[in-house]
Amino acid sequence: MTGEITGEMTGVSGPLLDVRGLTKRYGPRRACDGVGFTLHPGEVLAVVGESGSGKSTLLGLIAGEIAADAGTVSYRMRDGVTRELAALGAAERRALMRTDWGFVRQDATQGLRMAVSAGGNVGERLMGVGARHYGRIRAEALDWLARVEIDADRVDDPPTRFSGGMRQRLQIARNLVTAPRLVLMDEPTSGLDVSVQARLLDTIRGLVAELGLAVIIVTHDLAVARLLSHRVLVMRGGRVIETGLTDQVLDDPQAAYTQLLVASVLTA
Amino acid sequence: MSAASALPETGYNFAYLDEGTKRMIRRAILKAVAVPGYQVPFAAREMPMPYGWGTGGVQVTAAILGASDVLKVIDQGADDTTNAVSIRRFFGRTAGVATTTRTCEASVIQTRHRIPETPLTEDQILVYQVPIPEPLRFLEPRETETRQLHALGEYGLMHVKLYEDIARHGHIATTYAYPVEVAGRYVMDPSPTPKFDNPKMDDCPALQLFGAGREKRIYAVPPYTRVRSLDFEDHPFRVQSFDRPCALCGAADVYLDEVVLDDAGGRMFVCSDTDHCEARRAAGHAGEQAA
Repeated sequence: MTGEITGEMTGVSGPLLDVRGLTKRYGPRRACDGVGFTLHPGEVLAVVGESGSGKSTLLGLIAGEIAADAGTVSYRMRDGVTRELAALGAAERRALMRTDWGFVRQDATQGLRMAVSAGGNVGERLMGVGARHYGRIRAEALDWLARVEIDADRVDDPPTRFSGGMRQRLQIARNLVTAPRLVLMDEPTSGLDVSVQARLLDTIRGLVAELGLAVIIVTHDLAVARLLSHRVLVMRGGRVIETGLTDQVLDDPQAAYTQLLVASVLTA
Repeated sequence: MSAASALPETGYNFAYLDEGTKRMIRRAILKAVAVPGYQVPFAAREMPMPYGWGTGGVQVTAAILGASDVLKVIDQGADDTTNAVSIRRFFGRTAGVATTTRTCEASVIQTRHRIPETPLTEDQILVYQVPIPEPLRFLEPRETETRQLHALGEYGLMHVKLYEDIARHGHIATTYAYPVEVAGRYVMDPSPTPKFDNPKMDDCPALQLFGAGREKRIYAVPPYTRVRSLDFEDHPFRVQSFDRPCALCGAADVYLDEVVLDDAGGRMFVCSDTDHCEARRAAGHAGEQAA
């Protein structure tokens, strides 16, 4: 660490992300109903709940991919000014998404360009922000593949030839290459077998700690929440029914539904 | 001048299209010229030829043609191939305009896949036939998304394509339809011309118009406009080079076609631009296989 005192240390800066009253209705159903929370730099928040509880909708609303019926999402930009995302212009919002934010999708085929090599996938964001030196782009891509434990000799293979776990690793590398401060993850470990899940979680945990990332991770797997997150937000029917520190919520759940959720985890 | 075209047809408006349609196309052309490299949508009509045979180029030509124009049509550099002959004949019969194969005599040149070797002048208009106007098409199939990318000037994707080329082949292997940036703003597909011709588009004195009939788009490069081929700092843009001159006229700085002569592997390399080759031979130049 340098001796420089930043806003984060002194606590004068506000939260990185401030979500208030996010609501999304599909007809009479409320997929997301008045959800609010704050996220500080370097903090990992797990959003847990069963299928259909509105977890993924919440992520889509935060990323601006789904238009909210009500509520606001404010983000502290790199210049320290907190701005409401809905008020940003299209160019500004897209630039934010591909530099300061990352989005790791549940389905890797939606988060990757499947016809483009692994190196091209990682390099895309760099080229998007103006990198025009092939040698440096490739070196950076190789460096990131190594950090997510993909062999260097796979750099020119398209992700169609990658296993499920490797695709998720590649997605992570592709998102982190521009050093974002906030990463959204939608069920990054679902559909992977247990040992692959464990290794992937290990990689994510290492990178999050090393880079000081703020993360919102959506998962139905409480073990993932326990392993990665500092805080947990429990959703049911589009509402937040319980929130708190991870250990507190998982060890001493207050809401009946959370108790059920915790009790339903199989222990090996 | 060619006298081969039959007498003008009766019962058609001048240059086949009705005046209302021509006015609509001219409006699109004016907009395209005002916003260099931007793809302007237009209500392309059915033409009496199949898509892929130059319906876009033909409509642009029909909209700009005047009675005193002299028309030249090129297909892959040649004036005597099916596409060139039939389009030349089409306008000879429906507009009664004079046609030519000589680049320097033409005022309007419709082309498929080549730019003439003879430098163009301010008095000429080059009309390109374009099959796929969207340079980002094969990287981003959603038209809604590519429009956004153009609007916001987000062209990182185009470099992903070039990156893939280098990663696979060790160099930029795109040899035709090589993407260019026009006037420092829009990235444009120069139609499937060989990249050899890209430098000719830059700062060209002639107006360059591009018509895509199936996709209903018109775009343009006004005279004396900067046209830059995209590349990487450590892999700069380069045109093809040939290790021998034209076998017929001996020209060394031109784009060559490979012509197979027999079943025993015999082949020759000749100018792709037939008019250029003929003019040189008429002026006394001769290559090693000149008859």
